Amino acid sequence: MPKIIINNKEIEFEDGMTVLQACEMAGAEIPRFCYHERLSIAGNCRMCLVEMEKSPKPIASCAMPAAEGMKIKTNTPFVDKARKGVMEFLLANHPLDCPVCDQGGECDLQDQSLFYGLDNSRYSENKRQVKEKYMGPLIKTQMTRCIHCTRCIRFATEVAGIPELGAIGRGEDMEITTYLERSMESELSANVIDLCPVGALTSKPYAFEARPWELKKTETIDVMDAVGSNIRVDTYGWEVKRILPRINEDINEEWISDKTRYACDGLLKQRIDTPYIRENGQLKKTTWENAKKTLINKIKSFDPNEVAGIVGDLSDLEMIYSFKSFFNSLGSNNLECRQDRIYINPEERINYIFNSSIKGIENSDLILLVGSNPRLEASILNARIRKAYQKNNTKIYSIGDPGDLTYPYEVIGSNTSIIKLIAAGSHEISEKIKKSKKPMIIIGESALYGEAGRYTFETIKKFLFTNNFIRNDWNALNVLTQQASRVGALDLGLYSIAKNDNFSFFDKLENGLFKFIYLLGADDINFKKDDKFIVYQGSHGDKGAEIADIVLPGAAYTEKNGLFVNLEGKIQNAYKASYPPGDAREDWKIIKDLSKLLKKPEDYKDINELQKNIKKNITIKNNINLKNTESVEFIEKEISIKPIDYYFTNSIARSSKTMNECRRVKKKFLFTGIEKAS
Amino acid sequence: MNITRILKTIFMTDFATGLSIAIKKIFKSKKTINYPFEKGKISPRFRGEHALRRYPNGEERCIACKLCEAVCPAQAITIESEIKSDGSRKTTRYDIDMLKCIYCGLCEESCPVDAIVQGPNFEFATETREELYYNKKKLLENGDKWEESLAQNIKADSPFN
Repeated sequence: MPKIIINNKEIEFEDGMTVLQACEMAGAEIPRFCYHERLSIAGNCRMCLVEMEKSPKPIASCAMPAAEGMKIKTNTPFVDKARKGVMEFLLANHPLDCPVCDQGGECDLQDQSLFYGLDNSRYSENKRQVKEKYMGPLIKTQMTRCIHCTRCIRFATEVAGIPELGAIGRGEDMEITTYLERSMESELSANVIDLCPVGALTSKPYAFEARPWELKKTETIDVMDAVGSNIRVDTYGWEVKRILPRINEDINEEWISDKTRYACDGLLKQRIDTPYIRENGQLKKTTWENAKKTLINKIKSFDPNEVAGIVGDLSDLEMIYSFKSFFNSLGSNNLECRQDRIYINPEERINYIFNSSIKGIENSDLILLVGSNPRLEASILNARIRKAYQKNNTKIYSIGDPGDLTYPYEVIGSNTSIIKLIAAGSHEISEKIKKSKKPMIIIGESALYGEAGRYTFETIKKFLFTNNFIRNDWNALNVLTQQASRVGALDLGLYSIAKNDNFSFFDKLENGLFKFIYLLGADDINFKKDDKFIVYQGSHGDKGAEIADIVLPGAAYTEKNGLFVNLEGKIQNAYKASYPPGDAREDWKIIKDLSKLLKKPEDYKDINELQKNIKKNITIKNNINLKNTESVEFIEKEISIKPIDYYFTNSIARSSKTMNECRRVKKKFLFTGIEKAS
Repeated sequence: MNITRILKTIFMTDFATGLSIAIKKIFKSKKTINYPFEKGKISPRFRGEHALRRYPNGEERCIACKLCEAVCPAQAITIESEIKSDGSRKTTRYDIDMLKCIYCGLCEESCPVDAIVQGPNFEFATETREELYYNKKKLLENGDKWEESLAQNIKADSPFN
């Protein structure tokens, strides 16, 4: 490996590294604004100047490729003076409004001017004033503060894949804008707020809410989609003020979707904070004792076969596990985690997880999307596919037309007959798949709908198995789930499948065989209420609570410790950042109390024991011992990708004011006749 | 017992000196004042009761930057902020627990807009503890009441800042 001398210390570096990266390896800290590891190099802030031997001028280390034998110095008076000069120029036009700036306290410019800048100002002329730009309901702009690092432009163009931001004008007159002052289209748009090193782009819903130093920070897991992005929840007292991404190279790198970031204001609205019971068609407040007693008396009055339980999208493993053991002690097995007729094959774990892993997408050389719109179903995963496209020029094909995915792809049809052709080897794609080294087939929920879903899934699986693409080192079979609880629920066996009927639960539900339905945070299931007795346990007053006879207040995902399994099958710990409002309690505790009232107490005392039980119950087999696959009769069906109301996919997002606003802007809804569509 | 001591005792010299000082002081001006009817002069930097000031047009000075809250060593200040309809940053809550306060003056020093100040007033004793939990209304009232002397004091002290 080539060698470089930094501050008289010789270190080895990899080919293709820049001087800045080499300095970082050597432990020499270099201040920077425009340079970002995950974006292309711009070299326009000049903050990273270092001294290079034999060079009369200081060099911008972020843009200079490291070379053998270079002698770099980062701690000389020469470098110090260069930094001070650059800092002075940057601050010449930067307003001194730190006290009212939301970035104050976590501002790169503030920190670096403290460490590397001058302690007084020599600039007494008028400062530049730039008009604020509209960038949608999420991003608040204060463009006078902009230092033209262009990180936001590079993010929108490279990572988000929608070149909505750009710069117009030159020199001092340069302005960052969305050209037509429209709201940003990307689902990852709010990441520019984190990227902005100054307070030019700040968060609109969080504007002036709190200061970074007074927030309690909890590192936890997101549940808005099945990706399980790593997040940091910042709370002020009870309120969740904001959500920020945490770096996890395997899952979300350092991005999170707008829904993950901004649905948190839904945690304050529409909350169920006390138990309710329906009397004469009206939900009335009641006590925990009364609600629990009524529930148990009611549940005992039905035959176990008439009792059913449905687990919602945001449930953690603790809830699911205790719910299952509660139902088992009742003698009922009518449990379901699906809220729609989506085909599942839970025999093997590889049948319902994203086997190639999110990181694996980068290594793939061919991706076939089947009935999936990853942009809306898992925005972070979509960013990875885009990364793969950019890095390796991965070819992407799709069955069904998902619309703009931020990268080019080819639609090869939208019918199950295409799958038949591929399996038979008579389609051009099947040859391409066979020739590729690491192909991926991503099956979305739209393709798994109904009986045709069985055909689609089993045929693809068989095709991949016979062509040896389901191996231990590379498994091309991927199911893209959309719900945070789904994989975990399937791991714990929360499904009702009769032989040859994948949807027996839904048939029974529609035929009115269930008289007592326990909705555990399940809001999206459609069925007729009729004379059914419905219990809803959850955090938000949404569709489920509306039809319920008993409502039990539960905790939302930021208010309890819990385990979540993401779509790749990774188990992650979520931590308690806040506490449930009013009388609401952690869900597993509610179910534990119910079991006690049923005189069949659960076999765990506290959360540690519960988690131990859960981990015992989830058997993760890393080795694939698939012997044979079944053939399914062909069913011809159109694979049309179900439209997703991205900002409204769960009860928390539906209660969120910010999500409502985003949805309104995107769909150009009008609330009244007076407002003009913009 | 030495001889000088004996002589001092006989001639009562200590007594005479003491008496002469007392007689001298009778003709000098008084050092004590008749508080509360008379008050001593206090420095413009005096750190008394807190007040929140306004601009001459009546707008609150405080911009809710929360620096005073952060710097307060006794953690006596609580601030909550919001965005106002005109887009400015203002407080919805500004509480000082005057019982916790140690009157160190750091809040005043940290304030970038001279909003929170410690005025010349030190006579705000109350009968109950609750009265000393100052809220924004009380602090602004203080500001209005003392504005004249507050402004004077800040001006007087400005050359030394």
